[in-house]
Amino acid sequence: MRRLAGSLALLASAATAAADPVPARRAELVELVRQDCGSCHGLTLKGGLGPSLEPAAMADKDAGQLEFVILHGRRGTPMPPWRGFLTEDEARWIVEALKQGLPK
Amino acid sequence: MKKLLFLALLAGCATPDLRGTGDLGVVIERAAGRVMLVETTRRTAIGRVAGLGDLSHASIVFSRDARYAYVFGRDGGLTKVDILAARIEKRLIQSGNAIGGAISQDGRLVVAANYTPGGIRIFDAGTLEFLSEVPTGSKVVGIADAPGNRFVFSLFDAGEIWIVDASIPHSPQVVKIKDIGKQPYDGFVTPDGRHYIAGLYGEDGLALVDLWHPERGARRVLAGYGRGEEPLPVFKMPHLRGWAAAGRYLFLPAIGRHEVLVLDRVDWSEAARIPVRGQPVFAVAQPGGRRVWVNFALPHNDAVQVIDVDAMKVVKDLRPGRAVLHLEFTPRGEQVWVSSRDDNAVAVYDTASYAELARLPAENPSGIFLTSRAAMTGF
Repeated sequence: MRRLAGSLALLASAATAAADPVPARRAELVELVRQDCGSCHGLTLKGGLGPSLEPAAMADKDAGQLEFVILHGRRGTPMPPWRGFLTEDEARWIVEALKQGLPK
Repeated sequence: MKKLLFLALLAGCATPDLRGTGDLGVVIERAAGRVMLVETTRRTAIGRVAGLGDLSHASIVFSRDARYAYVFGRDGGLTKVDILAARIEKRLIQSGNAIGGAISQDGRLVVAANYTPGGIRIFDAGTLEFLSEVPTGSKVVGIADAPGNRFVFSLFDAGEIWIVDASIPHSPQVVKIKDIGKQPYDGFVTPDGRHYIAGLYGEDGLALVDLWHPERGARRVLAGYGRGEEPLPVFKMPHLRGWAAAGRYLFLPAIGRHEVLVLDRVDWSEAARIPVRGQPVFAVAQPGGRRVWVNFALPHNDAVQVIDVDAMKVVKDLRPGRAVLHLEFTPRGEQVWVSSRDDNAVAVYDTASYAELARLPAENPSGIFLTSRAAMTGF
């Protein structure tokens, strides 16, 4: 019964957001963004060698473009391609999370 | 009577634990905004100092008496920490976004290097009073002190190296060297204080300045080391400070190649290139220069490799923990301290046997700075 309820909940969430990472993976992604992206963008994401990733700085940027930069990097800059570490869905989730303010 | 009372008071205060700072150090606990004070003789933590702000990419220089640590935080915080008393002596936010700092040869000036607004700011090392600044209009990277109370740094966006003579702190004199190469990402001063070398991100090579002859400008060394091959992605910028000078050789991380480049300091030619496990971040010579220890960027950041300088090859592969961010040798090189950010630990190794001697719990540790840096040019 419990399992059924769990599956139903999962189905429900799957219906709302097509392929959001599961909570455990989300926590890993937040950690990755803070720690590893943070080495250039700052732990608080206020920017460093790389630009700020705070919501205000992300607001006017196209989500698809940001997703592309995360996955494929940006030529002529130190931004590397993260596709070996992230799926497209995960990159999309990160962009959404950054636009809203990364969870603590 | 008064005198007697004073003496009694003095005795009362001064008795407990007089000690030196020669075997002490500071470890950044970067996510906690805190530093851990460590002692290398017994390999223990002896205290913690909190309230230091955003410590991503934090770095530390020491006062010339090795009692105070100046902590430069990413958020522009500059904090003077009393290591013996384990407390903050003074703290200020000196800019919006900083990358590091340096202390002058005479120990009187502390200089912070900033991204936003780009430039350096000069402070009195005693009081942290602001003295003057040199705006650059570009992100400052790779700041190091040089003889003559000079500070040398590179400009990431502008591709320049500036030498600032701060002998008269209120009116610093600037020498600008242009066209040094694309996107210098870090730089360092050789142990003798004579040469400044900047690594270039935007091209294969490094820029070299002879600080005895800044008028001669910068020359390119190890130019074209990538041989036109497509560079591999770099998931963490290498660091050049904490140089690897072993005898006549300098060991430097290649950019976009899983190699350590060996530069001959006699004629500035390429002496060797050593294949390693991943993108090197730090290549640090063990005091004495027999071995060079290397850590790596993601996804190889659980490894540390040891290069034998005689053989010019990797002789040891260690796994100190997840996300190894930094390593630091005790002054005579018998121990190396290694931070593992994701295992929340600082591991201490015996450099002769590679045996793990201790493992200290620390919250997301990054940089490890031992007080012996106080006496070293370029640190």
